[in-house]
Amino acid sequence: MDWLNALVQGVLLGGLYALFAAGLSLIFGVMRLVNIAHGDLIVLSAYIALSFGVALGLNPLVALLLVVPTMALIGYALQRLILNRTMGEDILPPLLVTFGLSVILQNALLMGYSADPQNLQAGAIETASVTLGPLAVGLMPVMVFATAVAVIAALQWMFYRTALGRAFRATSDRQDVAQLMGLNRAHVFGLAMALSLAVTALAGVFLGIRTAFDPAAGGARLIFGFEAVIIGGLGNLWGTLAGGVILGVAQTVGAKIDPGYQILAGHVVFLIILALRPRGLFPRIDG
Amino acid sequence: MPDALLTLQALNAHYGDFQALYGVDLRVDPGEVVAVIGANGAGKTTMLRSIAGLLKNAPGAIRWKGQAIGALRADQVAGRGIALVPEGRLLFPSLSVEENLVIGGQLGRKGPWSLQRVYDLFPILKERRHQQSTSLSGGQQQMVAIGRALMANPELVLMDEISLGLAPVIIRQIYEALPGIVGEGLTAVIVEQDIAKALSVSQRVYCLQEGRVSLEGQSQTVPREDITRAYFGV
Amino acid sequence: MTLSVTRRTRLSTTWLILLVPIVLLLIAAPWWAGRADLRLMGEIALYMSLAILWNLLAGYAGLVSVGQQAYVGFGGYLFFALTMLAGLHPYAALPLVVLAGFVISAPVAVLIFRLRGAYFAIGTWVVAEVFRLSFAQISSLGGGSGTSLAPDIVRSLADGRDAREAVAWWLALGAAALVLGTVVWLLRSRQGVALTAIRDNELAARSLGIDIWRTKFTVYVVVSGLTALIGALIFLQKLRISPDAAFSANDWTAFVIFIVVIGGIGTLEGPILGTLIFFALRETLADLGTLYLIALGIVAIVIMLFAPRGLWGFLRDRWGLELFPLSRRVSGLAKKEA
Repeated sequence: MDWLNALVQGVLLGGLYALFAAGLSLIFGVMRLVNIAHGDLIVLSAYIALSFGVALGLNPLVALLLVVPTMALIGYALQRLILNRTMGEDILPPLLVTFGLSVILQNALLMGYSADPQNLQAGAIETASVTLGPLAVGLMPVMVFATAVAVIAALQWMFYRTALGRAFRATSDRQDVAQLMGLNRAHVFGLAMALSLAVTALAGVFLGIRTAFDPAAGGARLIFGFEAVIIGGLGNLWGTLAGGVILGVAQTVGAKIDPGYQILAGHVVFLIILALRPRGLFPRIDG
Repeated sequence: MPDALLTLQALNAHYGDFQALYGVDLRVDPGEVVAVIGANGAGKTTMLRSIAGLLKNAPGAIRWKGQAIGALRADQVAGRGIALVPEGRLLFPSLSVEENLVIGGQLGRKGPWSLQRVYDLFPILKERRHQQSTSLSGGQQQMVAIGRALMANPELVLMDEISLGLAPVIIRQIYEALPGIVGEGLTAVIVEQDIAKALSVSQRVYCLQEGRVSLEGQSQTVPREDITRAYFGV
Repeated sequence: MTLSVTRRTRLSTTWLILLVPIVLLLIAAPWWAGRADLRLMGEIALYMSLAILWNLLAGYAGLVSVGQQAYVGFGGYLFFALTMLAGLHPYAALPLVVLAGFVISAPVAVLIFRLRGAYFAIGTWVVAEVFRLSFAQISSLGGGSGTSLAPDIVRSLADGRDAREAVAWWLALGAAALVLGTVVWLLRSRQGVALTAIRDNELAARSLGIDIWRTKFTVYVVVSGLTALIGALIFLQKLRISPDAAFSANDWTAFVIFIVVIGGIGTLEGPILGTLIFFALRETLADLGTLYLIALGIVAIVIMLFAPRGLWGFLRDRWGLELFPLSRRVSGLAKKEA
């Protein structure tokens, strides 16, 4: 029974990791950019929700209505003002610039909010639980998982069924020819980053409700998201959900064996999959 | 003389240290088909890429209806009504045939061309519309590339080596469709290796040699030996 | 008329002649520098070594690692384990640390070389995390809270505190010389030519028959072994080790990356210049704390955007400066033209 519980908790945790991963996967798919500051932006979202909560007395789930557009705006500005200048054949500039950004964000949060761990208080919903067969699981984790499924389904639909998705795919295929179609690459990239950080906002708020966070919490979130992306297979959105679930289960099962093994077990499973299936479990066929 | 649609004035182009175009002058009037011929490496593709905004130029080197457009980005040039059918077709592999066509029209310019008209022109594309563009034959891909440019409802279409690498029967098919394309007030600049083909569909012809204009004339009347000399530089 | 190819320039020759008294002066530092200055100089030498190594990895081999703290921590912990648990003399432990660095980094390279470009970077970070979490599980080395170097091991280095400080400095200086020498030797060898070819054009290099994987593998393993040595010396200086300090991404990677980016990535002189600037700034601005880090981050971003070859690259492009005779120059051509 305990093991079944660990398994279910792991699957639900995987939903959160899929949210970490989806934004990362999206910008890599559109512009081959890997954002080292992704984790710190997740944590930034949690802090923004915290500030909205303090200033306006909002429940963090309500504050999402403000945090999501705020992060999207930040993403668009970040891409247009800084990151677009680094895009090109050489991978070094975007990597080092987002790395610098990561250090700046961490220390700015440290100055603004101190190193004390914070928590987002969502009220009664945090302790509510639902019965799944023989198990009682928290309502929040179920909500997070459902959100992850909905977000990925929506991204999938956007990518393959809308004009924006078409523009993303065309730009990803051939940037210069996409320009010939009247698509301004700088704007398309800005929209991709805006969307990525909108998803990041969801991830950050759910993270903050689930656990305590501090300015240094970003690195681990980047790694979890990255592991989910690689396990699931590059360029496959549903794969990131599968990757998140595998990582989540590895962690909860590892913690069940010994609490000290939780994170390590996730990394080890990731490295084993990298050794056996370097392209991930569900690589995109045409990749 | 009517106002020119497009004029190139002392257009230079560089790739790093290499200069590909030296002071090219060229004029395109509304409604005409202009052929640009020249050997490999003469600068034909570079010239079209410059016009389309894929290479940065001095603003005044390229004028569109009198306005300097040389420094505009490619998407801004597209917005003015200039479309390029690039050499090598360069379709979007992750898009289906129909999506490749639709994205060509995504700026929403008004005009005679629609998905239906493109399908009327190239019926085979309608049959294949849900396939990935990479699964088509070379000729069909070229039809998609032409259709994609037409979907933008441009005033000027630039066609770069549209017969390159295609079987003769396919080339004939594509060139037979050309009068239907340029018949409706659409202006075209056609870059072509096949000199006879280029002269037969155009009113005026330019020849490029090592980045410079070596000949300019009326397609029907220009002496063949002049073309040979301009082409090979002998 | 004769053409000759040389790597030397007048500046690099002058510099190499100047190097001799500088090195002698540095060796004699225990007799003219105070204890605090000696410690600071030791720290500078070790940071310079880390910067030179990371630059070889990222700037020359294109292996942008953000997880070199894995080997700093590994070297530190192994040094503690070999001396305290296995009872080895520190001098015997140091070469073993390098060797172990080679041995452990080889399978790691095989695994993470499967990740391309930027994903490789995050992969290195995962490896560093795995190292950190694993060493935190070893209770004989203090588990998560760490341990101190036993006093008798410290005493076995030399008699008296001043003598020990001097030995620690000479070890740091020697390690820096070893690192610099290895990197210069590597860049001037066949591997160096291959590296330059790969950096300029990977596809062309492959078509010339250069085994890219093996070249990068060699660089990764050599850099990791030497990074482990530096790690051992860092924690020999600190006398105390813990997982968080040993595998700190900020201390051993963020600072090092900023040093190299500011000094000039892909140049041998860049990391040296960068280290000197970094310490000059730290000694004057350290009171600013987090603001200092934010400023460093901003400076690094601005340099990456507007002068991607850093300060040294800027100086070199302006005046053609080169301190280390690395690039080949053809002389005699000018005469031919005239």
